[in-house]
Amino acid sequence: MIEFHLDARSGVAPYLQLIQQVRHALRLGLLKEGDRLPTVKDVVARVAINPNTVLKAYRELEYEGLVQPRPGLGTFVTRTLAGDDEAIAAHGPLRRELTDWLGRARAAGLDDEDVEALLTSTFREFSEERAGRRG
Amino acid sequence: MTDAVVTTTGLTKRYGRRTALSDCTLDIPAGHVVGLVGPNGAGKSTLLQLTCGLLTPTAGAIEVLGETPHTGSPRIGFVAQDTPVYGHLTVADHLRFGAHLNPGWDKALAEERIAELGLDPAQRAGKLSGGQRAQLALTLAIAKRPELLLLDEPVAALDPLARREFLQGLMAYAAEHGTSVVMSSHLVADLERVCDYLIVLVGSRVRVHGDVEELLGTHHRLTGPRRDPGTLGAGRHVVQASHTDVQSTLVVRSTAPVDDPSWASDRLDLEDLVLAYMTAEAGADGRDRVLEKR
Repeated sequence: MIEFHLDARSGVAPYLQLIQQVRHALRLGLLKEGDRLPTVKDVVARVAINPNTVLKAYRELEYEGLVQPRPGLGTFVTRTLAGDDEAIAAHGPLRRELTDWLGRARAAGLDDEDVEALLTSTFREFSEERAGRRG
Repeated sequence: MTDAVVTTTGLTKRYGRRTALSDCTLDIPAGHVVGLVGPNGAGKSTLLQLTCGLLTPTAGAIEVLGETPHTGSPRIGFVAQDTPVYGHLTVADHLRFGAHLNPGWDKALAEERIAELGLDPAQRAGKLSGGQRAQLALTLAIAKRPELLLLDEPVAALDPLARREFLQGLMAYAAEHGTSVVMSSHLVADLERVCDYLIVLVGSRVRVHGDVEELLGTHHRLTGPRRDPGTLGAGRHVVQASHTDVQSTLVVRSTAPVDDPSWASDRLDLEDLVLAYMTAEAGADGRDRVLEKR
């Protein structure tokens, strides 16, 4: 069983935060197929959020095929995200390239904030371009 | 559940020459936790007291759960401001009192909650902490098993921990029983996490109301070179505008995204959204105001 928490200042919608935490737990193997998610009542009694927020997160996870509600029993994990060997294998080389890049950025005189701003804006442009191509 | 729990039409309440609530027309859908936000004196308590039948309208009409509200209705639970309890009576006395007055009293629920809260039934209510008093008042209201629960500034006087505990209990109850809840606060931050429907009341008038996600999705902050807000185009309502000599900052309500490249468009969080409606009112004398987030 996992416990949810909420970062009120993150600017990320609460239901998305819940979804991210489930996905994260699935990636790390904290949640496995067949595990039960906390009930809506348990979540709101702990995090003090609107019940509909939890329902929305669970519906979204169900839509993604990650969980399945069983009436009267709860919501259960149906798929895990941890087993994607190919993606995990790609982490190492990608991290090395990124480290090299950070070294070059530092050598060019960029400070932490510059680097972060550059990463964020590039990432956003990249995502928007992709979304544009799909739409 | 799409029925309205509260329907008001032109609802107005005056005390002598002072208007506390003016021409209020809204539907509050069932199955929501509704936040009623506005500065002190905006008319929040008046609206809640009209809803539970403690006040009668000066003009207009209100229907609650399909009928004209009347005091003592078992279908409505009301926790007034400052969570009134009887200081010289014990916790157990309060529960007996509640059972005596309410035919639908859920004794098991009341006792279970008191035990969960760790309250001593023999304790006099006057000796309880603010948080415990609030929890006792909430217990009395929900053990009626109302269809609609009204709370007037329930957490305003509580410290952050008691506030969190109160909202945890309230949300757990709402999740289990599907009760519609309307709660007021002058602080958006108190309501942000728990409400999925919002009513903003400023200067005795409802400024905006709607589903929280829809409100967040349709409000934008635009910044760009100084210009006349009137040139924005149809279907866009300027909630608030401020200008410097070179720049204009607008809060706009618009169902369509604003794709004019001369504007930089940002989303607002709920607090900024509410503040925009509040300051729009304060600045209605026509002066340009430079607004800062607190």
